[in-house]
Formats: sequence, structure tokens, C-alpha cells
Amino acid sequence: MTDFFADFIDAVKTVPLIRYALFAGIVSSLTFGVVGSLVVVRQIGYVASAIAHSILGGIGASVYYNRVYDLPWLTPMLGAIAAGLLSVILIGWVTLRFKEREDTIIGAIWAAGMAAGLLFLHYAPGKAVNLESFIFGNILLTSKSDVIMTLVLGVIVLGLVALFYHKLVAVSFDEEFAQLRGVSTKVYYFLLLGLTAMSVVLMVRIAGLFLSQALLILPAATASRFSRSLWAIMLVAVGLTALSNTAGLALSYHYDIPTGPFIVFLAVGFYVLSFLLRRGRA
Amino acid sequence: MNPPDSPAATHPAHLVECRDLSFAYGKSRVLEDVSFVVHRGESLCVIGPNGGGKSTLAKLVLGLLEPASGSLKVMGRSPAEARTAIGYVPQAMRFDPQFPISALDIVLMGRLNHLRVGHYSKSCREMALAALAEVGLSGYEKRSFSDLSGGERQRVLIARALACEPEILLLDEPTANIDLSVEAALIETLVSLRHRMTILMITHDLDLVSSIGDSVLCVNHRVHRHSLPLSGETIKEIYSSRRRLEHDRRTRHQQGDHSTCQHD
Repeated sequence: MTDFFADFIDAVKTVPLIRYALFAGIVSSLTFGVVGSLVVVRQIGYVASAIAHSILGGIGASVYYNRVYDLPWLTPMLGAIAAGLLSVILIGWVTLRFKEREDTIIGAIWAAGMAAGLLFLHYAPGKAVNLESFIFGNILLTSKSDVIMTLVLGVIVLGLVALFYHKLVAVSFDEEFAQLRGVSTKVYYFLLLGLTAMSVVLMVRIAGLFLSQALLILPAATASRFSRSLWAIMLVAVGLTALSNTAGLALSYHYDIPTGPFIVFLAVGFYVLSFLLRRGRA
Repeated sequence: MNPPDSPAATHPAHLVECRDLSFAYGKSRVLEDVSFVVHRGESLCVIGPNGGGKSTLAKLVLGLLEPASGSLKVMGRSPAEARTAIGYVPQAMRFDPQFPISALDIVLMGRLNHLRVGHYSKSCREMALAALAEVGLSGYEKRSFSDLSGGERQRVLIARALACEPEILLLDEPTANIDLSVEAALIETLVSLRHRMTILMITHDLDLVSSIGDSVLCVNHRVHRHSLPLSGETIKEIYSSRRRLEHDRRTRHQQGDHSTCQHD
């Protein structure tokens, strides 16, 4: 056991790859834990999934236009952010305007985003793109600038949530009443969707498109089984995400297992454990 | 901001004034030619069959829906402008019972219009604690919503409405889905509020109507006002479908107009 820790600490010290992955995992848990808690109490997990999947469209488009028009600044990350914001606007508008068909339309946006992404990647000239790293993520590809960007986003998210905490709670608990007290509930809904999209974009690096929403939702869902206030859920969720990321990285390094899926597996493990430790509450 | 209120605006003759109002969801007409007023200080109970338009009327008064025709004024202004003057109490069963929120945080929502960013001020917190005390829930501030009984949840929502410092308290079936034993305490709470503010209450509960109401507004697509106490005969008429037609005919005859009161 001591060997295991010594090995990992040694790797963190000597291998920049592992070091950045560790930092990214810890720093990103701030965003995931906080935003994930909001998504869980508002019960919009499927909206987060739709945003995550439609991001592939932006990644595909950025790769395609980058190569066809030789635009070096157009990185997959930028494409993902643009696609994330576009799907926030579309999904936000749809959920506010067409409540009765909401899930069908969100499903359509989800599928359309992925289909567009696959088409763009297919027709992009040059070397075939390694889809796997987008779909399953690879925390070991994290660079220093990724860590800094993650940190900046984390600070922005924490700042916004601290400023508007009570309004976000009120809108999540009783949107109609919040509106009657003069709160522009639509603004806060879009704020929440926007925060979700930005978190998911960052998470794609770590857990990939398919598994990212599991990492957004599971730690918060686990935390909500033990905590009675939203800020406590956020705190516990941040801790659980950081623990999953760090332990997942260390174990996958030691046993040579793919990192992203293993991190998600740990998050699922904590969730299952929460049922064994505390029955009854959903 | 609003201009300085004229005396007529601060003390309009009627808190709610509704004239020839109609409303439809798509093609199905819910309310037709509805006219009524709510006087300052009165307790008006809104009764009528399910689907008759009671909740729609409440949403119109709150400014959540727009009338298709006719006019509706709350305190001399449009409902949307006047909505912060109304303390709204929805049904407690509507909420996610597992939502992680304390009783105090729910009551503080009544002060949302005084919050810009960050935390509620000390005076807001004091007001919320006083509102909890008023509904008999002192010491419950840290209790989680999920740990409260149905009656306690409903009282927390009443406290939230009181924290709004409302001119009008608007309640939507406050005794629905509540045990009879708890209902007595809830009625007591409402009775104590009765003389302090104007109460507009949707209910099916005749006990509640007789304990609190000054008048009854019967809503079934059209509206008709009855004064209280309701005679046994009138109650039978309202709740007996056999006598419905007879009652309608007599009402129309007395009123000399077309306002009918169709009871199921």
C-alpha cells in the first residue's frame, strides 16, 4: 500500500503528464460538484446529457473547418464551447416554449448534434481523427493551459453561484413563486444551462462525451442522500469528485487501466455504496 | 419606479376589480364574462367544481395568465405590476418532498424581491422568523422540508406568504391532502390572520368556508357571489347536483341577468 502511494507521488513529481492530470482532476471537481448539485436538485440530468452529446457537432465542425480553411485558432475546445452554448440556447428556448414536447425535441437536438459531428469528422481532410479520445476522454492528454482554463472556469462558477445562491435555490424549488417575487426565472434557467454546458465541455477531456454526465450527476446524487441543504450537497459532491478523479488516476496508473472509465466507475461505486449505507431515501 | 402613489392608488375602493373577464386555453373557454370585486379586509372563499376555472382565476389575479378580454385590476394596477402585494400559498403537495431546503430558507423566499446578490439581510431573516412563529412553527427554522408533515409544510408555505408582507393572501386549497387532526390547527392559524389582511382562498372545504369566509365566490366558467353564513339550503344547492338547475334558475331570476352558477 505504501508502495502504491509512493509510486504515485513519485509519478506526480516526475511526470508532467500525471501532474497536470492530477491538478485538472482536483480543480475541475469544484465546477462539477457545484454545477452537478444544481443539476440534480433541479432534475435536469437529461438536459445535461443532451448538451454533452450535442457538443460532438462542435468538435467535428471545428476539426473540419480547421483543416479545410487552415484556421489554426479553431481548436476542438473552442468548437465544443460554441456547440455547448448553441445547444443551451436551443434547449432553453424549447423547454420554455414547448414544454409538452420537451423530451422529444431535446432528444432530436442530442441526435442531430452527434450526427453532424460524425459527418464533419468523416469529411475532414487529412489523417483520420481519433474519435475515441473525444468519446471516452483522456485525462492524460491534459496540458498546462487546460489546467489554467479549468481553474478560471471554476472560479467563475463559484463566484456566480455564491452571488446568486439563494435565487438559484428559490428558482429550483419553486419557479412560479420566485417569478411572483420579481425574479426573472428565465435568466436563472439559462444561467444554469450555461454553467452546465461549460462544465460538460471541460469534462469531455477527462471522462469523454458518453461518461461525462455520469461524473456530473453521480457525486451530487450520492451527496444528496446524506445532506439536507444544497450547499452541503455541493461541498460533499466536490469532495467526492476530487476523490474519484484522484483515486481513479492513481489506480489506473498503478494497474494500467484506462483512466476516464475507471474514474466514472469509482463514482458509480460511491453511489451504490450510498444505497448500502443508507436505505430508504431516494 | 412607480410615481408617488395618489391616495386613490394607495387605497383603491376594491383590492381586486374584475370586469367582464373571459379566458380560454386554446379553444376551450374556461371563464366567461366574469365580474366581481374583492373588498379590502374581507375573506372571500372561491369554491366550485374541478375544472370550473378556480385555479385559472387565481393565476389571472397573480398575473401569470393574461385575460383574453375584459379587465382585471389588483390594487388599481395590472396584476403583473401588483403581484408583489400578493402573498401566494400554493399546494404543498406540488413540491419535490426530497428537495434539500430548510423551513427558514423557504420562508425567506418571501423576501426575494428585497435580495439583489449574496445573502438575505438581517431584517429579512428576522421577518422570516417572525412569520414562522406566527404560524406556530417557532424552532422549526432549521428543519428540512423533507422532515415536515403535510400540515407543517402547508404552514411553512403560509409563513412564506406572510413574509411577503402581503395586502392580499391568496391560498390554493390549503387543506387539501391534510389529515383532519392537523386541519384544525391550520384553520386556527388562518382565523388569526383573517382580521389582519384580505384573504382570497380557493377551497373545497366547507368547514374552512364557515370558519373564515365572509363571502363565497362560486366559479364554474361564470361566477356568482353568495354572502355568508350560507344557509343549509344554499349549501345543499351548491353541493347537490340534483338541485343544480333549480338553484341556477332561481339565481338568474333574482339577479335578473345571465350570470349563472352551475354547480356539480
